[in-house]
Amino acid sequence: MKIGVLALQGDFAEHLKMLETVGVEGVRVRLPEDLEGINGLIIPGGESTTLGTLGVRYRLLDAIKGKAEEGLPIFGTCAGAILMATTVVDSDQPRLGLLDIVVNRNAYGRQKDSFEAPVMIRPIGPPPITAVFIRAPVIQSVGADVEVLATLDDQPVLVKKGGLLAATFHPELTDDNRVHRFFVDLCQ
Amino acid sequence: MSDGERIWTSERVWGTWRVKVGLAEMLRGGVIMDVTTAEQAKIAEEAGAVAVMALERVPADIRKEGGVARMADPERILEIMEAVTIPVMAKCRIGHFVEAEILEALGVDFIDESEVLTPADEQHHIYKHPFKVPFVCGARDLGEALRRIGEGAAMIRTKGEAGTGNVVEAVRHMRLIMTEIRTITQLSDDELMAKAKSLGAPYELVKWIHDHGRLPVPNFAAGGIATPADAALMMRLGAEAVFVGSGIFKSADPERRARAIVDAVTYYDRPEILAEISRSLGEPMRGLDVRTLAEAELLQVRGW
Repeated sequence: MKIGVLALQGDFAEHLKMLETVGVEGVRVRLPEDLEGINGLIIPGGESTTLGTLGVRYRLLDAIKGKAEEGLPIFGTCAGAILMATTVVDSDQPRLGLLDIVVNRNAYGRQKDSFEAPVMIRPIGPPPITAVFIRAPVIQSVGADVEVLATLDDQPVLVKKGGLLAATFHPELTDDNRVHRFFVDLCQ
Repeated sequence: MSDGERIWTSERVWGTWRVKVGLAEMLRGGVIMDVTTAEQAKIAEEAGAVAVMALERVPADIRKEGGVARMADPERILEIMEAVTIPVMAKCRIGHFVEAEILEALGVDFIDESEVLTPADEQHHIYKHPFKVPFVCGARDLGEALRRIGEGAAMIRTKGEAGTGNVVEAVRHMRLIMTEIRTITQLSDDELMAKAKSLGAPYELVKWIHDHGRLPVPNFAAGGIATPADAALMMRLGAEAVFVGSGIFKSADPERRARAIVDAVTYYDRPEILAEISRSLGEPMRGLDVRTLAEAELLQVRGW
């Protein structure tokens, strides 16, 4: 089993480390051909405009969309979740648009409003994970067939539809690899 | 939602070390560009910059015009914050904690306690831990980097020699830091205190490097980067992202050069891609031979 991590920009190294702790081979994805032979793809945190711009320039967005249509599981954290969203409030930035959610960027405020908080993830159970929110987006609403797996003050922070998983926080910045294990299970 | 779940979600903590270093981690593999206007900030964002540094003058102009260089006018910083969705950084003078408090109050996302501005304190850098906003500081060697981290810097960048368009000093500083890190990983436990003494660095951080083989915060390159090849060189030497100051908006075609440097930081180890993106970028900034600068003109010697 091999999981790709989109390595255009962002904290992809943290995701690769997480995959190592789960015991799965992680590979960096920077060009469309790197998508061959992977069983799942992680889109890391970073700047969603940078990821989108490079994704268009190096034809990765279309290639990833194609793989997603063939059923490739994808897990996006923060910027990754923004790229996966069908709708980004007040923005036409390039993205994948795979997951029926409405996302509002930087909705908690600027960096001084970034925070961590314990979050209980329903299919994973206690103890809660320490969720790190960095200039995080808010998922304002989700489509009818999108499952909400975790919330913070009634707002969804981890959502899933089939093999698509999106988090507004950064499980890769902690030592707790349960969300990554959950995704790896989706890829099997 | 049950009351039991609500209890778990009520305890938010702001401004933690993990949240500060976390933003630095998010900027990895990216380019942070100096801008002086809202229009330049938009050009930088569209080119794919991960953040912009809001300034009144780029280092090349500070060097040329002289005088005391201070924190930028808040109005200028706010215009730039309004213009883009990516993080906005701003510089304060070394040791000028009130400028830093003002920048935090404005809501900038990262503060650069920078040798490019005229130092306000020749003995003390800012004690950065109490701030909610993260700081980046320049360093020429590992001891300097660890002193800044000890004070609370969540990101280190090489000082290089800002405003010269000459990468030689950034290379010197990055090579020195990486060599010193490799040396520490080879030491035995009983040699670490003496190493901490000779570096003038906190023992706990020397021990951390010994155990982990890297800096405890992201290590970026800055100071004199002017071309895609310069940016890729710094990444090859161990930088995790790149600051470009005067190099973009002092060049003939800022849009194209900005895009090319963004691409170069992502594909830094792919010479065939670097060759393609380096074609016909127009004149880079003119540049200065650092050896022709008098000691008093050097920015890197500011701070310790």
